[in-house]
Amino acid sequence: MSDLLSQEFLTALISGGLVAAMPLLFASLGELVSEQAGVLNVGLEGYMLFGAFLAFVIAYNTGSEWLGLAAGIVAGAVGSLLMVVFSVRMRLDQIVIGIAIILLAEGATSLLFDASYAESRPSLGTPSELAIPLLKEIPILGESVFSQHPIVYVGIALAFVVGWILKRTSAGLSIRAAGERPEALDAAGVSVTATRTWATLCAGGLAGLGGGYLAIVGAGSFTPFITQGAGFIAIVIAMLSRGVAPWTIVGAVLFGMSLSIATALQLIGVEIQTDYVQMLPFIAVIVVLVLFARRSYLPSALALPYVRGEK
Amino acid sequence: MIARAARLGEATLTAAVPIVLALVVNGILLAALGRDPFTFYADMFNRGLIQWEGFQESIIRSAPLLLIAAGLIVAFRANLWNLGGDGQFLLGAAFTAGFAPSLLESLGVWPMLLATMAIAALAGGAWTLIPALLRGRYGVNEIITTLMMSFIGIGVANVLVKGPFMTEVGGVARTDVVPFDERFPLLFDTRIHLGFVIGVVALLAVHVLMTRTSLGLRLRILGASPRAALHAGLRPVRLTVIAFALSGALIGLSGSVEILGVQGSFRADFNPAYGLLVIPLVFLARLNAIGSLVLVIVFSVIQIGGESAAREAEITSDVLFVLVGLMLLFMALTEYWRARRGRRMRFVPPELAERLRPAAGDGGGVGGEPRPAIGAREMGSR
Amino acid sequence: MGADSDNRRGTQPAPLCELRGITKVFPGVVANDGIDLDVRAGEVHALLGENGAGKSTLINILSGMYRPDAGSTSFEGRPVQIDSPRAAIELGIGTVYQHLTLVPTLSVLENLMLGSQGGTGRLDLEGARERFAELARLLGVDFAPGARAGALALGQQQQVEIMKALWRQDSRVLILDEPTSMLTPQGYEELRGVLENLKSEGLAVILITHKLHEAIELGDRVTVLRAGRVVGSLAPEELRGRSERELSARIVEMMFGEQAAELADAVEVEATPVRRNLPRRELGEVALAVRGLALDGDEDAVGLRDVTVEVRTGEIVGVAGVDGNGQRELAELIAGQRGSRVGEVLLFGEDVTRLGVGERERRGLRYVTDDRIGEGMVADLDVAMNAVLKRIGRRPFWRAGAERRDEIDRFAEGLVERYNVRTPDVRTRLATLSGGNVQKLLLARELAGEPRVAVFNKPTHGLDVRTAEFVRDQIREAAAAGLAALVISTEIEELVDLCDRIVVISRGELTGEVENTPGVEERVGALMVARSGSAS
Repeated sequence: MSDLLSQEFLTALISGGLVAAMPLLFASLGELVSEQAGVLNVGLEGYMLFGAFLAFVIAYNTGSEWLGLAAGIVAGAVGSLLMVVFSVRMRLDQIVIGIAIILLAEGATSLLFDASYAESRPSLGTPSELAIPLLKEIPILGESVFSQHPIVYVGIALAFVVGWILKRTSAGLSIRAAGERPEALDAAGVSVTATRTWATLCAGGLAGLGGGYLAIVGAGSFTPFITQGAGFIAIVIAMLSRGVAPWTIVGAVLFGMSLSIATALQLIGVEIQTDYVQMLPFIAVIVVLVLFARRSYLPSALALPYVRGEK
Repeated sequence: MIARAARLGEATLTAAVPIVLALVVNGILLAALGRDPFTFYADMFNRGLIQWEGFQESIIRSAPLLLIAAGLIVAFRANLWNLGGDGQFLLGAAFTAGFAPSLLESLGVWPMLLATMAIAALAGGAWTLIPALLRGRYGVNEIITTLMMSFIGIGVANVLVKGPFMTEVGGVARTDVVPFDERFPLLFDTRIHLGFVIGVVALLAVHVLMTRTSLGLRLRILGASPRAALHAGLRPVRLTVIAFALSGALIGLSGSVEILGVQGSFRADFNPAYGLLVIPLVFLARLNAIGSLVLVIVFSVIQIGGESAAREAEITSDVLFVLVGLMLLFMALTEYWRARRGRRMRFVPPELAERLRPAAGDGGGVGGEPRPAIGAREMGSR
Repeated sequence: MGADSDNRRGTQPAPLCELRGITKVFPGVVANDGIDLDVRAGEVHALLGENGAGKSTLINILSGMYRPDAGSTSFEGRPVQIDSPRAAIELGIGTVYQHLTLVPTLSVLENLMLGSQGGTGRLDLEGARERFAELARLLGVDFAPGARAGALALGQQQQVEIMKALWRQDSRVLILDEPTSMLTPQGYEELRGVLENLKSEGLAVILITHKLHEAIELGDRVTVLRAGRVVGSLAPEELRGRSERELSARIVEMMFGEQAAELADAVEVEATPVRRNLPRRELGEVALAVRGLALDGDEDAVGLRDVTVEVRTGEIVGVAGVDGNGQRELAELIAGQRGSRVGEVLLFGEDVTRLGVGERERRGLRYVTDDRIGEGMVADLDVAMNAVLKRIGRRPFWRAGAERRDEIDRFAEGLVERYNVRTPDVRTRLATLSGGNVQKLLLARELAGEPRVAVFNKPTHGLDVRTAEFVRDQIREAAAAGLAALVISTEIEELVDLCDRIVVISRGELTGEVENTPGVEERVGALMVARSGSAS
């Protein structure tokens, strides 16, 4: 038991948890904005895959992780453009289009990776980290929380920024109205389509960033199907956050830790089969849903196309 | 009669358009990768359809897909998204492969076949219970829960195969192999096995169930309008569980058919990911059983031929994911174009598309249905 | 306000807004057919017509939601294109829709700021609070700007809507679509006061209503629509100095044309409360007893508190109240579609509280829902299947789970004939039937077999007067044959016409019960605004 509280174990758990949490945090943050606007991105996983692949390619070819992450944002946003065009603009079914996006992303990234890197299977260098002076000296937390890739701090700050935007700006107000009562937004003279377009692109960009982080900082390389369902977990986190952006941090870190627990246990000599580890976050989701089934809340008009004059 | 033929012709055409468009765009993608699309497609149809060996292979592949299609139709008709097909399929397969060798020894071939199929159906059905109850009672979105259960199911299947079901024989973790002669009998002088017949029968049975029986009508009403179902005295929670269980059982059975007809044993990390691939097919057939039968066979030809063509072209067979993704996109687009020309026709039933709309007076749930009366709820659980 | 006083004296200044030849066609329906309309500052212009006459389409065109297929609009003499809601808002046209368009999860102030500050930047809370205070004085509202919109009473939500429509400093036209449908009699009086204030501020008001007496009482000018056309209008000088009876007669003739005489009875119910002689009946034993029912409210619905009511065989009991005060919840609790933690429902002395919908139905309980298409029927099934919707799996329509189409069709054909449902045949998809025919079929289904107790939830809502009268006749007949009927309605005139007794529901509580004797309207009105202590 004392092993479980050892410095080594806790450091690995928290540090690994944060690394694993970041893709979930970015993706769920984007999905939260988009869900608030009434667009359910079943294809979030697809945006992440697009992001991961392009981020890897750019980072590998330029040697710059920042350029890679930027490319991830672009690729994710381009992926979500499919959603914008087909679902938001043409009002086609969000779930069908979402499934199509997942399949396209899985197939296309696998195909492209296979065509260009299957032989070499290159990997990137060790990602940079930004240790915060003084704070990094704190035992356990210093090594885990305050010695991370700089984008980690950006992600956490972003959750609060998004929270503020949703609550305190005109844009945020429009987004919330677009998901809850699009007809009210329309009657107020604001375009529902435009609002949902921007929100969906935001989901795509952030999920792409999450995917890029996964490839560059998390794995140091790309492999087909690298996201392994992270997109779906991110949807659940967004759903349980009930529109309050900072809650995504809590959700993402908890799920991240359930991913990193295996590595941490290995450090103290406990081996568990990888199948169990891979199942863990999904079991966690189901347990959470069983326990809090009544609490999760989605906007009224989620996944409904808005057509003026139709109730 | 003529009107009927015309309708059939139109339905065929509208289903064919997205498939053809998907093939075209996919061909452009192949060309971009430096592969000749014409060679690719020629290979594909040659290996999947023209050559007798290949065609048999396609029919064999269609067996589990037909059962999955049957399972999806039940769920979709009842307005439930069962996206957990992969987990249900693999659990069915794992249980079949795990129990088959010992049952074969103790019971003989036929009882073993029946028993393993029953176990597989049970496993697949049981795996839907949590999503069904969460959806029925609290209106929790089953898209998410079935996907989550699917990932867990994949894990559980592997844990079983690497643990209690693992063979003593060394090498890759897998179950004991069921000898070829003691699997499904073959039809006539072909390599096509009994599983194909099971698949066709299941699909037709689902058709009769949904169109000619009271249970089918109840499920359709639940699908069309949960509020109307409650109003008509149906028990939404129980019906949700029944529809999900049936759907899962059919998909579990498909896993069994894959083992008893083709694989003979379950190797660790086996996952053909059929679940998502069949979805566009049943939508293209507009949830019609006969249409699904045809499209599943067409798709099997594409898949078998495509796998072989991909090997030939030295690309990964994941290219088929792109093809199916494109089929879905063009299906949605075809719907859109037709609607714009005033000829409304929907592949996806509107209720299924609008499933997330919360019912009036039920703000708490995730797009659920009205809470049933206490009385009704107790009846449901009895 | 010079223009305003000119107007009072009767000289006619140029209209603020002129619509000419407005035509709008929907698939299968000409909703507006060459409509001309003038809107003048300082005047309430009442648009009167039955359901489906084209009123809502017209205001949707004026508010930029729909584009007309033909016709022109001018504003202050200049031709304008109102091609989006924003264009309407920028002209100073504010609209209060019949179906409220507040975002329930946002606060009052957030709802008011929605879209009003332009851009995407930081919200100006200070400015918004000031404007709120100004409008609160004008409209006399008593809720806080921080209150969650969904938590307000319907009347208050409507006030928020009016504030929203007037939010811009340069508002010129206010459109009110059926504004009284969610108001208590007291709320109605308040609205009258508000309209006076707005007129004196020089605003033009367009008031849409299907109630004759409202048009006469509130309008300075009345335009009558029928089947998408203007069939008559009364200018201010014609409205002044005539008795209400005289005006009613003229307007009824415009609304119904040659059918006016034939529909006199039905129209009268809509126009002025008249108590008709109920056939004398022997009231029997207590058929339905509801005791102490309660239900927790949630974000979208009020709860119920200690609801107790009894109905005897042969008796018609009315439930009066403004929509959304717990009527639906009460009906669903009685029907078994909802469970209640406390209280009990008794049918002929038998406790059925814990029984489901089907068991209660078999004991003779029927529920005619107000949500005909969404709940009462399945639009995608055919007429015959909808006729047996509550008997699925039962003989003779099903045997061992297998459907017997001929039995089902024969049964449905019987109902269709007896209730005069207009449908090509019973295999026609229900979705193609008109609202009135759907309601007839619904009624036929519920009253078939042996009904002993029935709950009717807004049974004539949205129907044309002829079908509405048919429905009321059916209820009377069934009661005469011994049915115990509980009729929920928001139209007090209808309840006065139909019921033996009326109970009043407000905020989920029954606030009182009155016998249907002369003067009942005032007492019901008083009870509708009564609030017992803790409820607020």
